[in-house]
Amino acid sequence: MSMFDGFKFRSVNSSVHKMDPRAKFIYVCVMFAVAVMFSQIIPLLVLLIIQMPLVFAARVQKEWLRSMKGAAGFAIIIFLMNVFSLYFYGNYESLSAIVERSFALTLRFMVLIESFSVFFLTTSPDLLGLALEQSRVPYELCFAFTTAVRFVPVLAEEAQTIMDAQKARGLELEGGSFIKKIRNYIPILIPLIVNAIRRSLELAETMESRAWGATQNRTNLYVLRMGRKDFLLMLFSFAMLVVSVYVSLNVQIPNIIYLLNI
Amino acid sequence: MIRIQDVFFSYPNGVEALKGVSLEIQDGEFLAIMGQNGAGKTTLVKHINGLLKPTKGTVTVDEADTTKVSVATLAKKVGFVFQNPDHQLFSETVEEEISFALRNFGFSESAIKERVNWALNLLDLAEYRKVSPFMLSGGERKRVALASVLAWDPKIVILDEPTIGQDSQQKERLRQFILQLNHLGKTVIIVTHDVEFVAECKPQVVLMSQGKVIAQGSAEKVLTNLEVVTQASVVLPQISQLFANLKDIGFPTEVIDVNEATDILLGRLGDSR
Repeated sequence: MSMFDGFKFRSVNSSVHKMDPRAKFIYVCVMFAVAVMFSQIIPLLVLLIIQMPLVFAARVQKEWLRSMKGAAGFAIIIFLMNVFSLYFYGNYESLSAIVERSFALTLRFMVLIESFSVFFLTTSPDLLGLALEQSRVPYELCFAFTTAVRFVPVLAEEAQTIMDAQKARGLELEGGSFIKKIRNYIPILIPLIVNAIRRSLELAETMESRAWGATQNRTNLYVLRMGRKDFLLMLFSFAMLVVSVYVSLNVQIPNIIYLLNI
Repeated sequence: MIRIQDVFFSYPNGVEALKGVSLEIQDGEFLAIMGQNGAGKTTLVKHINGLLKPTKGTVTVDEADTTKVSVATLAKKVGFVFQNPDHQLFSETVEEEISFALRNFGFSESAIKERVNWALNLLDLAEYRKVSPFMLSGGERKRVALASVLAWDPKIVILDEPTIGQDSQQKERLRQFILQLNHLGKTVIIVTHDVEFVAECKPQVVLMSQGKVIAQGSAEKVLTNLEVVTQASVVLPQISQLFANLKDIGFPTEVIDVNEATDILLGRLGDSR
């Protein structure tokens, strides 16, 4: 669960939290594109570090660290899988080149986790829904989205209760082979899914009885407006995109092994 | 015997749910734990089968420290029926649902068959043997959940809010059933808000408020003590409210039973006639 804590909105009074979700979304998209553009250690390391100030400005270091720690397990798997597949199926001349490339790809994963973590930690689901709405996404979809996000903690809590109930009937979740472990989760997943479906039907009924969808032209109490900081962030994102495209097309990025040999 | 010694418990989010609870529950005792929402009732009973481990203090079940044994091991002795049956039902048929725990505990196939039959009959569910638990009504689902726990014949049975969503007929059957379990020598612990139900069952009562035990004793003593009952946000049973109002004209106050009340009132009527 700890990894997901790193993606859960924390209400902190910081300038990053106050930014327009649309600006932040553009930033995340650019980060994504740029991270996919490079597969060398140096630029990816730069991407990892360049985002740090944002984390500190948002004052979510603790949660962010947690998401990074949680992702570490996956990172190790990604690293090993890459080493393994590159060793057997890639045409690399040396093991160190394989390790370097695997490390770079792992770093790419961490960069992605970092930017998504910052985005979700600092953007409340409500604002995100509002941003979607103002981007002319149909209200039904926006509502479905915000509700889904809001029910995640409820589901997590329910999953815990179900686990307790099944453990009280002698279910052992730890231990056993991989297949057994998966089978062990069936008694947890079925009640969880059944309850989620039941709850959504109930929610639909209670919402309809409170006149949901009665007016065609919905207005909002709060309206998002881009400020100077938002434009700055978008400018930064745009600049980063341009620089990255230029660098990836025109600059030969040295690899670490090469640098070390000198 | 269950021994709870000076137990403190805090949830990971920092909420301190238990603040120094001590309690001894003898074998074969029938106990009701009452108190307002968030008083720590469910948190306390979850310590008995080891789902929660005390932050400070110790809980022992038959001399076994709950921090040193797995939930599965404790569960064999401590059956815990959760409040909402929908948090545990998952099988295709009622029969399979009941055999789930038996399989987890490694009972033999013949023993499983025997015990499933026993539990189905015990809770009047035999006709639903092959029915999906999801097709049953709320009350029936609750009985399936109960059967699925009683099937392995645990020595201690904990029922979290057993009366919620049950009509009065079901409640009466549940009461008979609980008394029968207790009569069979099982330790029965119920967590409930239903003061009338407790007044009818007359167990030992533990009142909790804000993570502490504020009173314990017989149902007659505890449930008629206006001061502690109010502190735990529990209302007096209606019979006790009546007798509390009649206190000034010489009626006893420790009355929670309808039959006893009838006798007292008839006695008085007889005197005045």
